Amino acid sequence: MKLHEIIKFVDGTILTPELNLNINIHGGYGADLMSDVLAASQPNAVLLTGLTNPQVVRTAQMADFRAIIFVRGKQPQHETLELASQENIPLITSPLGMFELCGRLHKAGLPSFESNVSQ
Amino acid sequence: MCPNRVRTEQEINGRRGRPITDQDAHEINRVEELSYDLKIHEVMTKKLHTASPEMSLSDVLEILRINRISGVPVVEDGQLAGVLSIEDIVRAMGKNDLMETVGQYMTRRLVTVASYDTIVKAMRTFAESRVGRLPVVNEENKLVGMITKGDITRGILLALQKDYKEEEVRRYRASHLFEDIISDRTTLVLRYNIKAQNFTHGGTASSHIKRALLRLGADPQIARRCGIAVYEAEMNLIIHTTRGGILKLEVEPHRITMSTTDDGPGIPDIEQVLQPGYSTATDQVRELGFGAGMGLVNIKRCVDSMDIESTVSKGTKLIMRIHIPTENLSGRKEE
Repeated sequence: MKLHEIIKFVDGTILTPELNLNINIHGGYGADLMSDVLAASQPNAVLLTGLTNPQVVRTAQMADFRAIIFVRGKQPQHETLELASQENIPLITSPLGMFELCGRLHKAGLPSFESNVSQ
Repeated sequence: MCPNRVRTEQEINGRRGRPITDQDAHEINRVEELSYDLKIHEVMTKKLHTASPEMSLSDVLEILRINRISGVPVVEDGQLAGVLSIEDIVRAMGKNDLMETVGQYMTRRLVTVASYDTIVKAMRTFAESRVGRLPVVNEENKLVGMITKGDITRGILLALQKDYKEEEVRRYRASHLFEDIISDRTTLVLRYNIKAQNFTHGGTASSHIKRALLRLGADPQIARRCGIAVYEAEMNLIIHTTRGGILKLEVEPHRITMSTTDDGPGIPDIEQVLQPGYSTATDQVRELGFGAGMGLVNIKRCVDSMDIESTVSKGTKLIMRIHIPTENLSGRKEE
């Protein structure tokens, strides 16, 4: 699924207008615990989160996420925007809550990219 | 790409009715940036074919035909007197006037640009004056060249190609490092000093490490595993140490070794910190999405071997290793 299609599904607002939105997203991951994201994600997914600090972008970069959507209309701090722009990770904010966001995207056909944590 | 459509300074400034900000600056693409960087003298045609006012139009037509150009500047006593374009000649042909002089038909209303101006200035002048070519003059107002929209397009394309080549060369050099330098055992060592409690910049070193590995030609999966492990380790230095520590990456053709060293406070019970969920992190750290007691567990999952040594009030050393299958790093030249 293309990122610009995802933005429509979630009524998203683009926070990094300079970045390319014509990219393929293969799955989704919803979490506020970055250690969980690092532990159990697969590459090329979109990250849905309620955290807005720069560590979210770092985490996304390390784990090969392609974009980040903030839930409940959250606005990231300046450092987060700057880092995302530098690392080429588009940021989107959606007025929807985490539950509805996940529901809409999953219903639209985006698979879960959360893998099982058991070792 | 049409150079005329490049936004002017006023348009960019006026886009949101306020002065240009850092965020706006990010929105300016590389082509626009180049339009402000490149000077007219860098893209103009310097080898000039000129005409004089006394020449006949049919002689100029020959110059245009032989050189496949569509206009020439007209010079009189070393000074620019006008421009004669193919449109002027067509006008003369309509009256069967080809034996007339250049002076009769040339355009005297002179629009020029300065050689030291940026190409954005030339684009604006093209848009305003609706002419296809502009004479370029230097500081002393002497004719030094001609510029067309084609020259601008060509100049921008050449500059973009140069950008692209530079990154290619950088990547090529890095990926051949281990083949170009011959020794019995080559190791590339990168060191980063990590400050304690510096949450805002946490992960910068890990980001540099991941990029370095990709430039060296590492498999993306291996770069990702290293990135995650080293990021957790970097965050541990920031969160838990008294005075920060050193993060080190050692790259060898067959193995990547990452390590962190700090001088305190040390871990009293290593068995305990290896239990998933055990954490001593503060609320501030938890608000960042860390401190869930998963760090070392995550690292262990990403790397092939992890060793941790610690002495209370002395410090901790963490060593993480990833083995590279022979086809990676050194063996990627076949691709």
